Amino acid sequence: MKNEIDVFSTQENKKINQTQFPIKTTKKNITAIRIFLLIFFIILSVLILLPFYAILLASFKPGGELIRHGLNLRIQSDILSLNNYRFLFTGEHSYFTWFKNSMVLTILQVICTLIVSATVGYGFAVYDFKLKIPLFICVLLIMMVPFEILMLPLYQQTIKMNLINTKLGILLPFMANSSIIFFFIQYLTGIPRDIIDAGRVDGATEYGIFLRLILPIMKPAFAAMGILAGMNSWNNFLWPLLVFRESEKFTLPIGLNTLLTPYGNNYDLLIVGSCFSILPIFILFLCFQQYFIEGMTAGSIKG
Amino acid sequence: MVRLKKILNSQKVAPYVFITPFILTFLIFFVYPLFSTTIMSFQSVLPGQIEFIGFTNYRRLFSDKIFWKAVSNSIKYMVVTILFLIPFPMLFAFFIDKKIMIGREVFKSIFFLPALTSVVVAGTIFRLIFGELPGSLMNTVISALGMAPIKWLKIQKTGFAALIILACWRWTGVNMLYFLSGLKNIPEQLYESAAIDGANGFERFIYITIPLLKPTTIYVLTISIYAGLAMFTESYMLWAGNNSPQNIGLTIVGYLYRQGIEKNSMGYASAVGLILLIFTMGINLTQLRFTGVLKKEEE
Repeated sequence: MKNEIDVFSTQENKKINQTQFPIKTTKKNITAIRIFLLIFFIILSVLILLPFYAILLASFKPGGELIRHGLNLRIQSDILSLNNYRFLFTGEHSYFTWFKNSMVLTILQVICTLIVSATVGYGFAVYDFKLKIPLFICVLLIMMVPFEILMLPLYQQTIKMNLINTKLGILLPFMANSSIIFFFIQYLTGIPRDIIDAGRVDGATEYGIFLRLILPIMKPAFAAMGILAGMNSWNNFLWPLLVFRESEKFTLPIGLNTLLTPYGNNYDLLIVGSCFSILPIFILFLCFQQYFIEGMTAGSIKG
Repeated sequence: MVRLKKILNSQKVAPYVFITPFILTFLIFFVYPLFSTTIMSFQSVLPGQIEFIGFTNYRRLFSDKIFWKAVSNSIKYMVVTILFLIPFPMLFAFFIDKKIMIGREVFKSIFFLPALTSVVVAGTIFRLIFGELPGSLMNTVISALGMAPIKWLKIQKTGFAALIILACWRWTGVNMLYFLSGLKNIPEQLYESAAIDGANGFERFIYITIPLLKPTTIYVLTISIYAGLAMFTESYMLWAGNNSPQNIGLTIVGYLYRQGIEKNSMGYASAVGLILLIFTMGINLTQLRFTGVLKKEEE
């Protein structure tokens, strides 16, 4: 008995020695590494934030200054003013029409995409049916083909369907969004089937089960995908550029793009408008950071 | 009516009802456009005048120097973004994941911020940063180092560098988050036992982190190939339009846009699109086979 305890305690001692020994000698090292990492990441952060700072600073300078001297970090207090912001809010231009269009389109896109994609995802995740595998391969196929390749025939298709220059033309092709469907399928396969069976026993229809039992428990998935869809819609450029033809219908990215003339006569509005267009997303990001990160990284979790 | 309700409610019919929106989207906005673009690629499409011309569009493409310029630009962009946007974000994620790291959440948020901006805004900012005036940000930086100002966006090399820097600025944070979520799946004990065995930080990164991050790396690689080959708006915004000097910023999609929208030559543009499609699918499938993902699914 005594022997045993002895053996045990020496082993224990050895372990402690082994683990404590390196820690004692590296304590200084750890602080050094910590400081090194901190400095390294602070430098990187400064580089990342620099373009934002540059454009923010430029939004307080007159546009002519930008054309004459370029975008830089010089702070000349004599030329900094709120004039551009005054012009943004009171001047005569279409900025807020575009802003409103972007807002409306983003909200519509988020609602439509979530509802349609969740419905499709539920169909795939819960049921077994004959064409399930071939249809699922179709979902993957769409995910693998970049939109840019199909934009021309898609554009002709919208013309044929009389959807050109309409909101529906923007929304319709992307309501059943493959990546979002894919995410919902993964999310819903994890839901216990008992809920569905219990619903059936209680006499609910297949659709009633989806509407009353499943939709409420999909809230976290909706939050992540809603943010993803909203961000993509707010920043969407190429498709609206093809579909919209009148300035009153433009969204913010296209509207801002029209201000980019070689003569630079619209720089006041371009710069201040660019700054202001980032604002709603930044505010949302600060409030719902976790959902942003979840939405953006959702695809990789499948591993 | 009751009967119809019963049929609709059967578990055999219900899934098709749920999936109908997808089937419609697939047919109307994927199969049909793909089909029509394939047909058009064998035609000469002028307004009101469509003519079947066989492989002429393709033959013309192969001797079209500007097309090959666009192809080489796109491939170069894809390769270089992969070289930058996989190793560095992985390393940053490895550091940020460390418990000894201070302010992890703050750094994560800061790194993510560029991804929130639209290409239009980001492109505008970078176009001005790389402006040709002596007072533009990049020129003030290099003149502080004693160099003469450069017309960044008018020279092949520097223009390309600006494009890469823009891509790195926007996507480093997102890729880092991908790797961070991959790191969560690596058990802490692995690092601890490796540390007891005497592995230093560098060895732990090489022998544990990199192999175990393989699924995430494959994912990031796949989307980088996809996004790299299909890149267009970044170049469009950086050069304020689709026309960069000597086509230094022209990409395959840019050429497709130029032919189809700007020159209204839909047949030729369709051929460009189909080549790109075959190319993208080819590279992605080889890559997935090579990295062993497809094999796993077959088993």
